[in-house]
Amino acid sequence: MEAGQDSAAIEVGGLWKIFGPRADRVLNGPDKDLDPSELRRKTGCTAAVRDVTFTVRPGEMFVVMGLSGSGKSTLVRCLTRLVEPTAGQISIGGEDVRAASPARLRELRRHRVSMVFQHFGLLPHRKVIDNVAYGLEIQGVPRRDRHARAGEILSLVGLDGYADAYPDQLSGGMQQRVGLARALAVEPQVMLFDEPFSALDPLIRRDMQTEVVRLHREVGKTMVFITHDLSEALKLGERIAIMRAGAIVQLGTPEEVVGAPADDYVADFVRDVPRSHVLSLRWISREPEPDERLDGPVLPAATVIRDAVPAVTGSGRPIRVMDGDRLVGVVDRVDILSAMGEAPSARVPEARS
Amino acid sequence: MSGAVATLETPALRRPPRWLVPVAVGVVLLAGYLTMRGTATLPHDDEAAPFLAVNQARDWVDSNRNDNPLFLYGVNYVRIYLGELYAAFETVLFALGWPGLVGVLGALGWLAGGWRLALLGVGGFAALGVLGVWEASVRTLALVLTSVLVALAVGLPLGVRAGRSARVRRALTPVLDVMQIMPTFAYLTPMVLFFGIGPSSATVATLIYAMPVAIRITALAVERVSPTAIEASASLGATRWQTLRKVQLPMARETIALAINQAIMMALSMVVIAALISAPGLGSDIIRGLSRANVGFMLPAGIAIVVMAIVLDRLTMAAAKRERTAQAAPSGPRRYAVAGAIAVAGAVAATLLPARFPDAWILRIGPPVTEAVNWAKFSWYDVTTAIRNVTSDLLLNPLQDVLTSTPWWLVAAAVLALAWWASGPRPALTALACLLGLALLGLWEHSMATLTTVLVAVTVTLMLGLLLGVAAARSRGFSAVQRPLLDAAQTMPSIVYLLPALALFGATRFTAIFASVIYAVPPVVRLVEDGIRGVSPTTVEAALSAGSTGGQLLWKVQLPMARGAILLAANQGIVMTLAMVVVGGMVGAGGLGYDVVTGFSQHSEFGMGFVAGVGTVLLGIMLDRITQGADRRSSPQVRG
Repeated sequence: MEAGQDSAAIEVGGLWKIFGPRADRVLNGPDKDLDPSELRRKTGCTAAVRDVTFTVRPGEMFVVMGLSGSGKSTLVRCLTRLVEPTAGQISIGGEDVRAASPARLRELRRHRVSMVFQHFGLLPHRKVIDNVAYGLEIQGVPRRDRHARAGEILSLVGLDGYADAYPDQLSGGMQQRVGLARALAVEPQVMLFDEPFSALDPLIRRDMQTEVVRLHREVGKTMVFITHDLSEALKLGERIAIMRAGAIVQLGTPEEVVGAPADDYVADFVRDVPRSHVLSLRWISREPEPDERLDGPVLPAATVIRDAVPAVTGSGRPIRVMDGDRLVGVVDRVDILSAMGEAPSARVPEARS
Repeated sequence: MSGAVATLETPALRRPPRWLVPVAVGVVLLAGYLTMRGTATLPHDDEAAPFLAVNQARDWVDSNRNDNPLFLYGVNYVRIYLGELYAAFETVLFALGWPGLVGVLGALGWLAGGWRLALLGVGGFAALGVLGVWEASVRTLALVLTSVLVALAVGLPLGVRAGRSARVRRALTPVLDVMQIMPTFAYLTPMVLFFGIGPSSATVATLIYAMPVAIRITALAVERVSPTAIEASASLGATRWQTLRKVQLPMARETIALAINQAIMMALSMVVIAALISAPGLGSDIIRGLSRANVGFMLPAGIAIVVMAIVLDRLTMAAAKRERTAQAAPSGPRRYAVAGAIAVAGAVAATLLPARFPDAWILRIGPPVTEAVNWAKFSWYDVTTAIRNVTSDLLLNPLQDVLTSTPWWLVAAAVLALAWWASGPRPALTALACLLGLALLGLWEHSMATLTTVLVAVTVTLMLGLLLGVAAARSRGFSAVQRPLLDAAQTMPSIVYLLPALALFGATRFTAIFASVIYAVPPVVRLVEDGIRGVSPTTVEAALSAGSTGGQLLWKVQLPMARGAILLAANQGIVMTLAMVVVGGMVGAGGLGYDVVTGFSQHSEFGMGFVAGVGTVLLGIMLDRITQGADRRSSPQVRG
């Protein structure tokens, strides 16, 4: 990898994408702060991405979550300029994407960033193996080499024996595995996923999520994953950016998003998430009462609440929550039970990781 | 329209009933007709100024053909090169001899779809010889190949560009729209002016006629390629050229093959008519037969053109479909070996057998057919004459009297009102402009005559088309019987429809009506049937579960929901009917079509023929605009 371990894999600053006539005029005028329906009525433009800034660390799984129309798909397309941004900076692995010439941009797409699509985007006239090898073919890799490489990738995604099938002979889940293999075959540093599993049925979706987690562990790529499904975001994301009307309303770990929603919009989103499945003891630990005994069992602060249940119920004394050697606080049965019953609200947390 | 405006302005008043405005306009028009009839009519004048002006232009072109730079360096070269291309095709096809060509067709048939099509190719082309029109058929084939080759060389790249760029598409669409409305005759006269008569100008007319469909279908094919696939290709760093070659073209291939098929069909239908400007081949027999009203004389050529159309259609369609099946089961060299063997067998036979189709094998069907036609005419005389006279006396003559005796401005007002009501202000103004153009060109009376014939033919076509279409949509069995007939009907070149009409009714206006009805009914039936079948099954199910009877389902659900398709069918029916009525000018329909034909045959009438050709285009655009807006209007309430 060219990018060092501390430098960011992707850096996005002040990114705007406005669709419609005279986008520049909107951007440089006062209209850009109008809310979406007002903006459309007044100028006929749609601001799909509004002043978005974030960085993705190398090897990170970064999830962008939002409802349909929130601009998340446009955002991910802006990263490699499949959609040309209106303003802002993008750098991938230290290279300024917005300044790249068409040739440089092609190089970037060929070797460093690849993408998986919601509706697969497979080529129905080609066999699976040739679909997977398509990116290599574009680069001019000789047929024998690219087929060898595509064969390896096919077994990595669990499609051994399907090399000579045509895409329409495969199920939806298998087709998306082909899409995944096509993106992996070019050995990119960054993979972009645009709602890759939305078109699949729930069981297959769960399999595929597990598959992506496994691949992320095995190949260690930087991944940007777009989804409208909160549970998918919480399951996969190391950090989650929540988008609404083109802007990021909150960016944080799953725990932060669930435990400390930035506003009512996010709070509404995470309302049905069982907090005890996401939050750690750190979020509910409290100062011990003066008369409390401090000789109960010890659990690390990062323990998910749900996992602490056996220890708490098995012990009459409060649990001591430790961050390394430091005592963060204590948690007893009442705390656990109320955490499991409580609905989240927009509030500033007492503790932050 | 104004009903809605009134309601908007004075919401307190009750909305007037919807029929009020049309009825009021109708009453006003009727009153205008009754008081003003016979005034401000525009009778026909053979010496009208526009006709003479075109004659002068023709004389100028004739005398400057060999020293004006436009002709010297442009038009004349096109003429020479196309002429040579045609000659080359002709030479090669004749050099193959009849056994060689039949062998080649067999081989192509085998490659396209196995032994059935090989048999069709061999049998079909051998039949051309048996009918006694081998030489003419080969010339027609050469002309079709030349035209289609050039049409595709220009049309496919243009279509691909239009498919990839919305801007190119927007620029091309209006041009293609007008080209598709233009009746075939309108293409011919300008060709004579620039290219003279003969194979070259016939080629140009044919290729111009065949190109729009090639461009349109290719553009559609490329445009419809899944955007995700294109995006996926771009996301992997493919250049535009790589995406075109590896994604868009392969995914559009089947439809592009359809574009080629359609171009061939269009060309076949045009080369026959191009015989009017001395195109060689089968067309000249047919035109001669038509002008003498001699069915027996032209029947062999008519059958030959249909046979050729069917063979070429099935072969190209099968080739298009094969592309898909070939992927699943790649076939070995055996396929090519068999094809080669068939072709070689033909070539060997070509050296052994005489190149001329042996006279002894020719089946002379002309005389017996003439006898049969005469017998039919004689024995059905009462019936056919009765039909003809009743239609003429009750429909055609009164209608034509009304149209020609109405002041021109009243007709214009009626057209404007009708188009406004049906399609909205912009199409209405275009329609009005076309009508005024007809008046200015001195074509008023003949246009009204043609319009009369078209109106009657369209009424019959639509009634018949709706009836058959609804029947087919409601009964699978009926549809299964009807489909192959429609397929066959749509494969036939348009002029062939005049044959049975002529046999039954002789050279009269009624012949043109009969021919245009059988020409235009198949697409109307198909559109209506598809429209009704296209109604969402969920909606049909919902209506049935609410307890609708079959009739309620049809009237309250299927017909209203298929409205767009039905209106499109009406539009198509009108445009096709006009095209055929114009061609029917050759067999007694009179009007503009007759003027065009006269223009070809008489030197002094060239101007009138040319202008009448333009007139058919104006009439076509007018009729199209009156009806086209309807299908873009989602429901009558939207405009209110």
